[in-house]
Amino acid sequence: MNESSWELFVSSLGPLVLGAITGTIPLALSSFAIGLVLALALALMRLSRQRWISNIARVYISLVRGTPLLVQLYVIFYGLPSLGIVLDYWPSAIIAFSINVGGYAAEVIRAAILSVPKGQWEAAYMVGMSRSRTLSRIILPQAARVSVPPLSNTFISLVKDTSLASLVLVTELFREAEQIAAFSQEFMLIYLEAALVYWVICLVLSTGQGFLEKRLDRYVAR
Amino acid sequence: MSPADPPRPPAPQGVAQSRADAPALLTVRGLQKSFGTTRVLESIDLTVNRGTVLALIGPSGSGKTTILRCLNGLDLADGGTIDVAGYATLTFDPAPGKKQLTTLRDRSAMVFQHYNLFPHKTVLENVIEGPVIVQKRNRAEVTAEALALLDRVGLTEKKDSYPFELSGGQQQRVGIVRALALRPQLLLFDEPTSALDPELVGDVLRLIKELATEGWTMVIVTHELEFAREVASEIAFVDGGTIVEHGAPKDLLRNPREERTRQFLHRLLFPF
Ligand SMILES: Nc1ncnc2c1ncn2[C@@H]1O[C@H](COP(=O)(O)OP(=O)(O)OP(=O)(O)O)[C@@H](O)[C@H]1O
Ligand SMILES: [Mg+2]
Repeated sequence: MNESSWELFVSSLGPLVLGAITGTIPLALSSFAIGLVLALALALMRLSRQRWISNIARVYISLVRGTPLLVQLYVIFYGLPSLGIVLDYWPSAIIAFSINVGGYAAEVIRAAILSVPKGQWEAAYMVGMSRSRTLSRIILPQAARVSVPPLSNTFISLVKDTSLASLVLVTELFREAEQIAAFSQEFMLIYLEAALVYWVICLVLSTGQGFLEKRLDRYVAR
Repeated sequence: MSPADPPRPPAPQGVAQSRADAPALLTVRGLQKSFGTTRVLESIDLTVNRGTVLALIGPSGSGKTTILRCLNGLDLADGGTIDVAGYATLTFDPAPGKKQLTTLRDRSAMVFQHYNLFPHKTVLENVIEGPVIVQKRNRAEVTAEALALLDRVGLTEKKDSYPFELSGGQQQRVGIVRALALRPQLLLFDEPTSALDPELVGDVLRLIKELATEGWTMVIVTHELEFAREVASEIAFVDGGTIVEHGAPKDLLRNPREERTRQFLHRLLFPF
C-alpha cells in the first residue's frame, strides 16, 4: 500500500464509521426492535387455534420469505408513493426492514416456543395460570434462550442487508463508501475498507451474542 | 403443614356448611373422554372421602393419567360430572366455561411424573410462583410458608438452586412442595416415583405417606403395589378406560374379584 492510499484509507475511515454510527447501526437496531415485536405477534398468530388467524400469519411469512428484500424495499419506496403514501427515506427504510425481519424472526420464535416441553404448559396451568400468563412467565423466557443464536443470525444478516438502503438513497455506511469511491476512483481500497467496518460491527455483535447466551444459560446444565 | 391448618376462609354457614362437611371430597360420575374417535375413558365413577387416599392402578394406556388430567382440568372431559369439595358440580356435556374450569383447577394440585419444574426459576421461585402470581397472596407470607415446607422436605439449602442442580428425588420433592403451597383440597400424583432411580424412590414415597397420615386427600396413580397397600384407603383397578373394580387394599390385592385384575397383579408381581 503506497502512502497516498494509506492516507485515503485513514481519511475515509472517519466518514465510513460515521455512516455506520448514524446510518447502519440505528437503521438495523430500530428495524430489529420493531421487527421482533412484529415477529412475536406473528408467531403467536401462527400458533393460534383460530385457523384464519394462523393463516394470515402464514401468508405474511410466506410473502416476506418468498420475495427478494430489494423488491420489498422498492415496493415501499417507489410503490407506496404511487398510492399517495409518501414517506421520508428513513421511515420507509425502517418499515421495509422491519417487515422483512418480522417475517424471518417469526418462524424462529415460533420454533422456539414449540421447543418448550408440553409439561411446562401443564405445570403452569396446574398452578392456575392463564394462557397469556403462561406464555409470558413460563414459555417465552425459556423460548428466549433457544432463540438467541438464530435471532443473532437474523440480526447480523440485517446489519449487512441495510447496505441495500444505499440504493434508495439512505445515507449509511455503504452509501458513504460509494461516494468516496466514486470521488477517489479507489474502488478496491474503499470497498474493502467498508467490508472491514461491517466485519468489525458483526464481530462485536457475535461477542454480544456470547454474553447474552451465557447470561441466559445460568439455569441450564452446562 | 396439614390440610387442616393453613388459614382457609371459614366454611360458609347453613346448607353450604353441611355440604362442606360431607365426607366425600371428590365425586366423579360417568366421566367420559375421547381423543378424536378413540374413547379413552368409558364412564368413570369415583368417590374420595375427605382425608382418604385413592390409589389408581392399571396397565399402561388404561387411562389413569387421563383421569387425573380431567380432575385437574388439564384435559377437558366430554361427559359426566366432577364435584370437588362440594362446590358447584362441573358438568362436561356441554363443556363448562373457562371460569368453572379454573375453579376446578384451584381445588386440586398435581404432582407430575416428570416433575415439570420451571427450569428458569429457582426452587423457591418455583414454589411461590402460583401462590404469589396467581393467587395474589402476600409474598413475604408465602415465602415464609414455602421455606417451612422446603425445610420439612430437607431442601432448605437448595432454595436458591435451579432445578437442573437437583437430583430427581429432590426435584420431585420440590414438585410436591409446589403442589402443597397452592393449598389445594385435593392432591393428585401421577406415578410420582416412576422416573426416579430406585434408591431415590424411598424418600419421595415416605413423604407422600407422611402427607397421607396428616390427613391430605389424595389420588395417586402408582405401580408400587406395596406402597399402595400401605398408604391407600382404597385401590381402584383401571383397565380399558373403566374402573374394573375397587376396594380396600387388602381385599383388592389379595382377593381380586375380576379376572383382569388378577392377571394384572400377577404380571406386576411376576414380570418374567
Ligand atoms: N393427547 C392425546 N391424544 C390422543 N390420545 C391420547 C392422548 N393422551 C392419551 N391418549 C391415549 O389415551 C389412552 C390412555 O392414556 P393414559 O396416558 O391415560 O394412560 P395411562 O393409564 O396413564 O398409561 P401409563 O401407565 O402408560 O402412564 C392411551 O391409549 C393413550 O394413547
Ligand atoms: Mg400415565
